[in-house]
Amino acid sequence: MKVFIDQDKCVASGQCVLAAADVFDQRDEDGVVILLNPDPPAELADDVRQAAAVCPALAIRVEEE
Amino acid sequence: MSADLVTSMSDTPPAEAPQFPMPRATGCPFDPPPFLRTLQADAPITRVRLWDGSAPWLISRYDHQRVLLSDPRISADAAHPHYPHATTGQKEVKKGMRTFINMDDPEHARLRRMVTAPFSIKRVEALRPAIQKIVDDLIDDMLAGPTPVDLVQAFALPVPSLVISELLGVPYADHDFFQQNSRLLVNRDTPPDEAMAAQHRLIDYLDRLIADKLADPGEDLLSYLAAQRVATGELSRQEAALMGRLLLVAGHETTANMIALGTLALLQHPDQLAALRETDDPKLIAGAVEELLRYLTIVHGGRRRVALEDIEIDGHTIRAGEGVILANDIGNRDATAFACPDRLDIHRDARRHVAFGFGVHQCLGQPLARVELQVVYGTLYRRIPTLRLAVDLDLVPFKHDAIVYGVYELPVAW
Ligand code: HEM
Ligand code: SF4
Repeated sequence: MKVFIDQDKCVASGQCVLAAADVFDQRDEDGVVILLNPDPPAELADDVRQAAAVCPALAIRVEEE
Repeated sequence: MSADLVTSMSDTPPAEAPQFPMPRATGCPFDPPPFLRTLQADAPITRVRLWDGSAPWLISRYDHQRVLLSDPRISADAAHPHYPHATTGQKEVKKGMRTFINMDDPEHARLRRMVTAPFSIKRVEALRPAIQKIVDDLIDDMLAGPTPVDLVQAFALPVPSLVISELLGVPYADHDFFQQNSRLLVNRDTPPDEAMAAQHRLIDYLDRLIADKLADPGEDLLSYLAAQRVATGELSRQEAALMGRLLLVAGHETTANMIALGTLALLQHPDQLAALRETDDPKLIAGAVEELLRYLTIVHGGRRRVALEDIEIDGHTIRAGEGVILANDIGNRDATAFACPDRLDIHRDARRHVAFGFGVHQCLGQPLARVELQVVYGTLYRRIPTLRLAVDLDLVPFKHDAIVYGVYELPVAW
């Protein structure tokens, strides 16, 4: 799976971090999303899909392989 | 009748459009109004009639709500002439003095991002021990005092008020003042001039605090706004005061209602309460918080919006300039999104709920609210295992008339 984020769209809700803390983090200065791992392992796939589903700003896109 | 005709008929507001908001059923204080359920089943995109005679769209299905709330053609601009205001008081308060909750991007994003830093997951997690201490101390006080006690005054209001005061840099000693004025702002039956007066008192108060912090900044959020944004000319003092007002009111009214109403809901569902009391699994406690947020959806008047362009949705056309209300309370009880939606089940995965809204306006304070509620629900029932309601359920005064649902009082004993 490949993960893409759009920092311009992000509203810093933190939902992605709660869903998949190994893949997403937030910038210190404004809470905007940071992608820690664009290529997460299979065991994190469900959490990443959950993150994309709960992101209120539609700022996370997942490409399944 | 052709499908086209059906659509065009229901797209003009019928004279008999049902009045919104609708009453809840007697004896079912935790369930949304039954008529919303009928609409969700039979007319999920339809017109309703508001207090001022206007007829905005009411959207009752979960998936439609998410689609529309994340559509940039849907505006939260409360100054728009067709914005569907909740009350005449709200209309007066909101149209003149807007901040980002009632603005669209790019202004919304510019202002929101000035205050997002302290609400990140990391920063809020760092507050958990302090929140735990606040909760433990308040429980100690309650246990040392007489019963019955009103859980709202003794516990539900102080927890989030102490936390948000500290975070913003608002003296907690002023809590009577800000709680009373917040209450005037969120009660539907507050006359417009009184709502306006409450708004002015709060803005003046925050404006004075910001002036003090400009002179002598501390580590709190208002100091940051004063020193980094007002002093630099990025924000006017009025704008900063409006943002402070939003955070102060949103930061305690909502969580306080979740604490008291959530406790009442658990007391009425003893099996769920027992499961929560018997666990120390942070995942189950976090799951219970999501489920109670979903089940109770306390911001029950719907997300209020107005269409900026024509929007086609599921065979209907919402025209530019028409008001739209997205009823998150019934959206969170949509069986296509949550199995057996009317069951309170702390073991379900409720994380996709829309109790914090959806789209760019989704709650800024949600990480903080989550930690506060996790600490409260994870502590209160373990420390007071015999907690019980001290009056009959019919005697509990519910906030049917408020923008944020909850209870005015919750007499409890143990
Ligand atoms: C359980 C508690 C809470 C609930 C149920 C709740 C609910 C909501 C909802 C439904 C919205 C969306 C409004 C809309 O789309 O029109 C919202 C927005 C907001 N909330 Fe909360 N909230 C809670 C706690 C908090 C706390 C603790 C804070 C602040 C410290 C806060 C600050 C805000 C702000 C600033 C917005 C506006 C965001 C924007 O427009 O970008 N809320 N909240
Ligand atoms: S869930 Fe979406 S909006 Fe929230 S922090 Fe992550 S990317 Fe940003």
